[in-house]
Amino acid sequence: MALFETRELTAFYGDFQALFGITTTIDAGEVVAIIGANGAGKSTFLKACAGLLRSRPGSIFFDGADISGERAYDNVTRGLVLVPEGRKLFPSLSVEENLMVGGHRRRGRWTLKRIYELFPILAERRHQPATTLSGGQQQMCAIGRGLMADPRLLLCDEISLGLAPIVIRDIYAALPAIKAEGTAIGIVEQDIVQALAVADRVYCFQEGHMKLTGRPSELTREAIHSAYFGT
Amino acid sequence: MSDTILVWLDTILQGLLLGGLYALYATGLSLIFGIMRLVNLAHGDLIVAAAFLILALAEHAGINTVVAFIISLPVMFAAGYALQRWLLNRTLGEDILPPLLVTFGLSIVIQNALLQGFSADTRRLPLGSISGVSVPLGGGIAAGVMPLLSLFAAVAVVFALNQLSYRTRLGRAMRATSDDAETAQLMGIDNARIYAVAMGLALMVCAVAAFFLGSRSTFDPTTGPARLIYAFEAVIIGGLGSLWGTLAGGIVVGIAQTIGARINPEWQILAGHLAFLVVLVFKPRGFFPRAFD
Amino acid sequence: MAGPTFLRTHATAFRIAGMAIVAALLVAAPAFASRAAMQDLFFVFTLLALAQYWNLLAGYAGLVSVGQQAFVGVGAYALFAAALILGWDPLIGILLGGVAAALVAVPSALLVFRLRGAYFAIGTWVVAEVCRLVLAQVKALGGGTGTSLGPEITNHMFGAKWIAGLFGVRAPAAREIEVYWLALTLLIGTLGLIYLLLRSRRGLALAAIRDSETAAVSLGVDSFRARLTIYVVAAFGTGMVGALIYLQKARVSPEAGFSVLDWTAYVIFIVVIGGIGTIEGPIVGAIVLYFLQDYLAAFGTWYLIALGTLAAAVMLVAPRGIWGYFAERFDLQIFPLRRRLLAKADAASVTGSDAPST
Repeated sequence: MALFETRELTAFYGDFQALFGITTTIDAGEVVAIIGANGAGKSTFLKACAGLLRSRPGSIFFDGADISGERAYDNVTRGLVLVPEGRKLFPSLSVEENLMVGGHRRRGRWTLKRIYELFPILAERRHQPATTLSGGQQQMCAIGRGLMADPRLLLCDEISLGLAPIVIRDIYAALPAIKAEGTAIGIVEQDIVQALAVADRVYCFQEGHMKLTGRPSELTREAIHSAYFGT
Repeated sequence: MSDTILVWLDTILQGLLLGGLYALYATGLSLIFGIMRLVNLAHGDLIVAAAFLILALAEHAGINTVVAFIISLPVMFAAGYALQRWLLNRTLGEDILPPLLVTFGLSIVIQNALLQGFSADTRRLPLGSISGVSVPLGGGIAAGVMPLLSLFAAVAVVFALNQLSYRTRLGRAMRATSDDAETAQLMGIDNARIYAVAMGLALMVCAVAAFFLGSRSTFDPTTGPARLIYAFEAVIIGGLGSLWGTLAGGIVVGIAQTIGARINPEWQILAGHLAFLVVLVFKPRGFFPRAFD
Repeated sequence: MAGPTFLRTHATAFRIAGMAIVAALLVAAPAFASRAAMQDLFFVFTLLALAQYWNLLAGYAGLVSVGQQAFVGVGAYALFAAALILGWDPLIGILLGGVAAALVAVPSALLVFRLRGAYFAIGTWVVAEVCRLVLAQVKALGGGTGTSLGPEITNHMFGAKWIAGLFGVRAPAAREIEVYWLALTLLIGTLGLIYLLLRSRRGLALAAIRDSETAAVSLGVDSFRARLTIYVVAAFGTGMVGALIYLQKARVSPEAGFSVLDWTAYVIFIVVIGGIGTIEGPIVGAIVLYFLQDYLAAFGTWYLIALGTLAAAVMLVAPRGIWGYFAERFDLQIFPLRRRLLAKADAASVTGSDAPST
């Protein structure tokens, strides 16, 4: 049984339909990448998965249980955690406080100490207001904040956005440590090369539809290209 | 010391003590606005309602007023929690009209419910002889015990709320929710509950304000709106987002009023309003805007 | 950019005919209505006019004021001052009331526009309190207890004699009729002014500001000037109505003239219950209030508790009020303000609604 499943998931913003019947699975311990152009619905998809958007019954399953109507704050207790697009650190809180609030509802194997080991720069700046950090450091803080809830599935929305390649590399270097805990990871990525490098499986979205799926090794450049941009 | 200086020192002292009471009125308002950007137009009426609650407990249940006050604290917390959870949470959102108009309606309802239940007579909280006691401070100046206590209470309340805000898990959750309610949900924080708890805390502060209001002066069902205005002036003068600022703002209003009263007793309240308008002209963001305590 | 075109249909003709008939009946009312009925209508007309101005501010400009009693009181006092101290005819006093209110509005706007949302609202309340407290110090106008207009002034208003002759009545009755007609005139003028204002470019600008200020400003709309204009216009109108109201009562005091309950609470209730943001809404609300008042006023506090609860409930459940609810259901308009976009020359039109979606 898959850890996480969506079945014909749809989403609307008012009258505008953002997702058209998305069916995906994520197994325990997997890294799944979701790629697609801007506006393809990738972030909407993650928000719906996390519970920030209301979904029709029978759309989302976690551990076999139907969580379609659940709100995000309850999904956290199951270990379903979203690291939102744009980091969204809390400006009124310090770095350490941001991490601590990540563990507000649920805690586990990831302690402050272990997160500081994973991202040492955060320890150096633990008492600074979180928004005084550089973009890459903020992203590390945001990921650390997500880890504090001991996720069984960690969803990461565009963690490389606006960051320099060397910084992106540092951040992705942390993924193996997360994966080693048995955490499944779902990443939305604009950078296709990066996505294919880390993912076990890939889903490609286009304008709210899921156009292509498979293992990176199985997918040809042409197939990805046409799924990404449409023909 | 010359007489004039003594008179003015006394005026400032009385203003300081009055300001403590105004700060108590304002702290709840400031707290709620800080967390959920809600201004409750019924705030003053809730203070008066708390005063009547204490009065009812003291008179009808025959309890000592101080004990009645202590009992009123959890009652007001529960009332605030319920009010926010089941009514005011529904008004939160992009549109400014619902919270304004619903709380305005609430204000009218509370005033008239109190009129219906308690009549329009002015009341005081029965405190026995302590309400008349003063502490002499030298030079013929004296400070009343209750006014002194209200100033201490104001400081204590602000201190306690800041401790809550910065040293507790709940406080962290509140600050996070105030920053970004949606992302706070991703941390497992239920916004609706946080807002309800915040309103509960605010109404507890209202109960404290009510106790000191009733012990220093009289009140009746229609005195709510004036409290709201003083509270509001204190918050604006102090600057939005800072509880210590609100305390300072309350003191400014208090001192302005006592100075006005010293010149002409009929000018007391007007002086407070004028001070507020002057600050609005020259420092529209207040003295301590969004200062981190 | 092709502008929208306005299609004239038979509906418009019916509307105009209907309004003309109602207006004619109301004008002729003194001939057949009782004094009590005219007094009731006076109450409805003046409250409705006040409600329209409040609605203009809140529903259209997004400026929620709980301080409009400032202008009622200022207008009233201006009339009393003009009549008692300067010896001017009360009719001029009404106009003066509007002017005085507008003059107070300008500096007060500069102050309260520094505040937003609910703080703006309370700020307007503070301004009203300041006006009240200041006027309470003016001994020439009765100080804290207020003052009256004697019959030697009110019975000799311009036109009173002519009305007395026309209807064959004595001075006090003629005064009642004159005051009634003045109220009707002010109301019609108010409705007309607001309708024209909202149909104009200013009105479009207002709607834009209300819906999204940043977007509007980026398109060149001068938000401050637009809001200031509306605020002063509303103050002017409110001042005139206030002057008229207290001319009818012939007695004013700071507490009465600046009463939050009479001049803000009831006004807000009318607009909210009837339907905010439309011209028809307050009309419905005023009618509802009138009947409620008739049946429930005897119950004092319960009546107000009911009103407050009703207003809060309407805001939560049907935020567009009674009229708004039915207007949406049945697509009604009495004062056409929505602009219709036509696809070619089809009868099937897509309404470019001024109401915000989502």
